[in-house]
Amino acid sequence: MVAILGGLPPSVLAFVYLVAGVLFIQGLRDMTHPRTAPRGNLISAAGMALAVGITVLVTDILSPVLLFAGLLVGAAIGVWLAVTVETTEMPQLVGLFNGFGGGASALVAGAELIDMFGAGSFQIGVTATAALAGIIGSVTFWGSLVAAGKLHGVVDDSAVRYDGEQIVKALFLAVALLAGLHLVARPNLLGAVPLAGWVPSYWVLVAAASVLGVLLVMPIGGADMPVVIALLNSYSGLAAATTGFVLDNSVLIIAGTLVGASGLILTVIMCESMNRSLANVFFGGLGEADGDDDGEMADIYEGNITSTSAEEVEMILDVADRVVIVPGYGMAVAQAQHAVAELAELLEGEGVDVEFGIHPVAGRMPGHMNVLLAEADVPYDKLRELEEINPTFSQTDVVIVIGANDVVNPSANTADSGPIAGMPVLNVGEARTVIVNKRSLSPGFSGVPNPLFAQDNTNMLFGDGKETMQELVNLYKENH
Amino acid sequence: MTFVQNLTFFVLAAFVGYEIITKIPTNLHTPLMSGANAISGITLIGSVVVAGSGSTTLATGLGFLAVVMATINVVGGYLVTNSMLDQFRSGDDRRRERGGGD
Repeated sequence: MVAILGGLPPSVLAFVYLVAGVLFIQGLRDMTHPRTAPRGNLISAAGMALAVGITVLVTDILSPVLLFAGLLVGAAIGVWLAVTVETTEMPQLVGLFNGFGGGASALVAGAELIDMFGAGSFQIGVTATAALAGIIGSVTFWGSLVAAGKLHGVVDDSAVRYDGEQIVKALFLAVALLAGLHLVARPNLLGAVPLAGWVPSYWVLVAAASVLGVLLVMPIGGADMPVVIALLNSYSGLAAATTGFVLDNSVLIIAGTLVGASGLILTVIMCESMNRSLANVFFGGLGEADGDDDGEMADIYEGNITSTSAEEVEMILDVADRVVIVPGYGMAVAQAQHAVAELAELLEGEGVDVEFGIHPVAGRMPGHMNVLLAEADVPYDKLRELEEINPTFSQTDVVIVIGANDVVNPSANTADSGPIAGMPVLNVGEARTVIVNKRSLSPGFSGVPNPLFAQDNTNMLFGDGKETMQELVNLYKENH
Repeated sequence: MTFVQNLTFFVLAAFVGYEIITKIPTNLHTPLMSGANAISGITLIGSVVVAGSGSTTLATGLGFLAVVMATINVVGGYLVTNSMLDQFRSGDDRRRERGGGD
């Protein structure tokens, strides 16, 4: 079969790509408000359909059956994954999709090189960008798989550190770069060898970059995943943009760059919210078990912990005028968001002013808490960012902290050194009463003890998040 | 097209992206990431070009695999983003749904 619109002038194709690019940009612009965001997503999807559609129609399709089979298989898997996912599994799914995008970029660059070998001529611009696409794409693919594995619990999510780690990583990067240089300088070097058609230096590059991707993400602990996922997101965009340079394709460059910018901005926001540099997240290491902390922790907590019960909390809530709920990753793990939402609604029904304080790095991906609470039907105008909610804590009667730890640790404001020193935190301790729902006194991801738990106005409500919140809901219902 | 023309697209898109994305509120960061992720599946176009025009079986095979992976990214990404965004509602929306109630 010859292409349906094969005779179309190239300028028409370029024009349609321009329209698709505009649709992507408009789609992102609509993402600036929750009300217009669903429309934005549809506009963006329409841009994608247009760009892919015109490409299929214009390209000289030698094997349409194969092409449509590929589209069908991919679409079926995509729909299946998207429909069966639980909200709590969202971070790993986003990571997984991201990896597929990066992997596809690496494969496309390889296939294009093989095609060029068949045609007998390599252009230096193409080999150079193909090498870049290969490295970025492979790192993205394997890095995302490891990140998704850690989030899903199939890969150990602690920070795996070993001696000489940076040297090993540098070594694999060097191999990938050398293979890339070789590809640029002498792509036809193995011209007479039977396997030369594979362009072997490219696959050496891909192999080294793949190992590098695994090594880069393996040592990063679970709570730093928001940064990793955002950065890999940026990479997959850059991989697409680089592929655009390889194929001389404008819409690939525009769309890929938009994604690259988006991922990078999210990465920077996440890093700033933890007061850490990107280098520190990737190479610094955090959350390693430190024997000394146990003694320090006992000192801080000894005799200062007040334990409470759901009955008591219900009575405290009974006389409260303003309540702020601060969720953390623990709420996601316990799947307590529905019980929390129900409690908030009950309180509101009694005229209590209820708001949610959301720390930017609470959870495992940017905006994780917002998605969970949206799923539980909490209106988004009840969710407050850190800068907005912090000045209001002193006028708040009760703060309920559920499954959060490091993001409410007051020592971040006072400590000069340590993993969380200088990190912006929610100053919940300024409220009249703080209820902390947690299973035990175990430290958060940073490994440092939390003086909040020992404060006079803090009551610890030990127990599973979902069960405890449900108990609270039931008690509140009985008494109102 | 020349390298410089491609570079022009790249630089301009980077500025536009920066301007828009810094305006997106934090509560939409997950859908943004997921939606941007779906856009990065634009490599599907590259895959289609290569799978379609592959002159060797090997290139076609790699292209096919790339089409499958990129399509998963695109279709799955847009669907997940859509269902996520459907859940974002304001208090006003919810009150209206209940029939102007409380």
